Amino acid sequence: MAAEELDVAYSRIDVLPVDTTISPNEASTSGSRSIQEGGESMRYACAEIRHLFLEVAAVKFNLPISALQVRDGLIYSNNSQSEISYWDILDEVNLDVVASGRASPKSPLKYELVGYSLPRKDILKKITGAAFLHDITLPGMLHGRIARPPSFHATLISFEDTEILAMPGIKKVIRDGSFIGVVAEREEQAIKAMLAIQRHCKWSESALLPDVNDIEQFLYAQKSEDEILKDVIADSSGPDPVITSTFTRPYLAHASIGPSCALAWWHDGCLEVWSHSQSIYALRDELAKILRLDCEQVIVRHAEGAGCYGHNGADDVALDAALLALELAGAPVRVQWMREDEFAWEPFGPAMAVKLCGSVDSSGQITQWHEEIWGNRHIGRPGRQSKPGLLAAWHTGNGMEAPLPVDMPIAMGGGSQRNAIPYYEFPNCKVLNHAIQSMPIRTSALRALGAYINIFAIESFMDELASLAQLDPIEFRLRHLKDERAIAVLKTVSAQADWKPDFKSDGTRGYGVAFARYKNVGNYAAVIAEVSIEENIKVKNVFAAIDCGLVINPDGVRNQIEGGIVQATSWTLKEQLQFDRTRITSRNWEEYPILTFSEVPNVEIELINHLDEPPLGVGEGVTGPVAAAIANAVSNAMGVRIRHLPMTQENIILAMDG
Amino acid sequence: MTDPIGLRVNGVDYSIAADPNTPLLYILRNDLQLFGTRFGCGLGLCGACSVLINGQKIHSCDVPLWDCVGKEIVTIEGIGTPDNLHALQQAFVDEQAAQCGYCANGILVTAKALLDKNPTPSESEIREALDRNLCRCGTHNRFIRAIQKVIGMNEGGKNA
Repeated sequence: MAAEELDVAYSRIDVLPVDTTISPNEASTSGSRSIQEGGESMRYACAEIRHLFLEVAAVKFNLPISALQVRDGLIYSNNSQSEISYWDILDEVNLDVVASGRASPKSPLKYELVGYSLPRKDILKKITGAAFLHDITLPGMLHGRIARPPSFHATLISFEDTEILAMPGIKKVIRDGSFIGVVAEREEQAIKAMLAIQRHCKWSESALLPDVNDIEQFLYAQKSEDEILKDVIADSSGPDPVITSTFTRPYLAHASIGPSCALAWWHDGCLEVWSHSQSIYALRDELAKILRLDCEQVIVRHAEGAGCYGHNGADDVALDAALLALELAGAPVRVQWMREDEFAWEPFGPAMAVKLCGSVDSSGQITQWHEEIWGNRHIGRPGRQSKPGLLAAWHTGNGMEAPLPVDMPIAMGGGSQRNAIPYYEFPNCKVLNHAIQSMPIRTSALRALGAYINIFAIESFMDELASLAQLDPIEFRLRHLKDERAIAVLKTVSAQADWKPDFKSDGTRGYGVAFARYKNVGNYAAVIAEVSIEENIKVKNVFAAIDCGLVINPDGVRNQIEGGIVQATSWTLKEQLQFDRTRITSRNWEEYPILTFSEVPNVEIELINHLDEPPLGVGEGVTGPVAAAIANAVSNAMGVRIRHLPMTQENIILAMDG
Repeated sequence: MTDPIGLRVNGVDYSIAADPNTPLLYILRNDLQLFGTRFGCGLGLCGACSVLINGQKIHSCDVPLWDCVGKEIVTIEGIGTPDNLHALQQAFVDEQAAQCGYCANGILVTAKALLDKNPTPSESEIREALDRNLCRCGTHNRFIRAIQKVIGMNEGGKNA
């Protein structure tokens, strides 16, 4: 987008990490907003930069700006022999000006780069050596680890550090309340000491967690903030029979493949932090607040981490590193969480329940739609809550109660209520949110937030109502949609998958469809899943038709969608955080299995490009439709409706019995 | 600290001063600055730290330094460099086979171990060989396409 507006070759563009000393504060990299918001800002800024250069060149050439053209940074005119490059006049152009929108971006009809698949520049580095924050080494750097409590609300009774300090390479053991950190010369020494500390500590623990096998009843029993999201009543059109279904999802882990990492360095009255946070400014402010420093004393520099899929341990480990670095003035301290830390302490995607009641009339139109959702709100990112929520702040000093997560307003994407309102046209529609006011398990934003379960529920229920109306699921959806772009993705995916309305399963194979418009204002996704019923449910193929407006980089879009489909398939088939009444018990990949290479479906994607529409993010939009398409395919294959995720053998048997 | 321990990595002999029980991973990363081998779980369950030891794919987080003495260790840096990519690395670039890319090197190393033994595995054999390598971004099919490209088995057309 930048190369296009600047009229320079793609090879001239470098992408640099953000940094609180030099970058604009664009809040957080979240919500699939990078292209549609960050990219749009970039497009306008670069168009204006090009214009500033043209203003200077126009004076030199004594020509109007409209007579000038640019080719790879070379300014020329068809009316003159003169030419001059951006680099020739760099000193004469003042770029330190407020972006005013004085220049319009290009017409999409003139695009030469946008719309073509350009290769990413980061891959070469990543597959040949150092590339991540985890790989940064600073002179004199020490290694830290945190000996976390065994459970969320455990308090430290006793700990004796003499033996630990005698271990090789140990520089310092830091204890503050129930927070214990250790710093060593070498990484393996810090790990060994951390394990020894965990063996030496005595903790007081309480059984405060809900019953993992009955999260649904736990959600209903909590005090909640209730809000009406939609309430439309037209004429009541007769006493059509009402059906009711309830859908749930468990707590889910982000489960980044690379555990969270940070570097912190306290020197010259300044705390310098390297972080893979999604919101470096909010992290800076929160660090300053917790550590009682001025914001000006804290610098946060972004460096790339492994994929995070939302708010994971990235911000927390930055506070961990900072707490250790402040005790070792002058020495940079690197902290990487262990796998067990990442699983037990990251903020999880909240468990939710969605209850739906609905009816159809004899003509196959939905007449009543009543929906209620239960769960925690979804956003526990730094800076969004009333008080700091970074993990170590729970345990330092006298400890503090963790703040509850918040939701954004629906107009800004929502949280628990994201995609709770159906995109279909119903004469009577009521949607209620019950945001529970307790958080026994730490939660925050996981890819798509509430949209995943809300769309899973709505789109599963659409199939249940279609079946009641004895209509083909695609035909049934089309009857309730007015938006042409929504209709187009459904028709496209139907052709792509060679959808057969009269397909009768032999009990081993089935097809299911689902649709959503992400956040009801974002990209349109229609998905068809093909499943085969084996020892477990196997997803063979996933077809997706996506309209994300103007496609910037088709291969980038496909990569995002492929990832969303595979990750959502993994959530749907396999994933569920395990815990007993006291502790999180999913601590490694055996206790939190995810989809493996042999289980990954074939994926086919069709993009519907609109040159005249703004580009829309695609990272998250497909996740809900994938879950529902799989459930609908299982129902098609087996005649069994699975409403409780994940689709493990246990939950399938429960659904068969129910 | 014990006596220095001899280690041969990517054809170079090193002398390492560290506790012999240290997992090889930390030696590679922190002593030899070979950062392409990544920490994922420390339990040999995710494959991010895979290296070749005497041609076998091994989880370097799960093997102590003392057990590596006298063996040929090859990391991603020994498989190819930016100026001289291995065919598998070139295929990963060509297929844009990465999202975050954190797991990619473990997958590359595992694929190399597979192809060294069996130059023409079937798709299901490739998938099975990679079942102990986890990818959280969902890049699996791109990795498979890249590997198939190298073995000339790509059935073609699907990635148009």
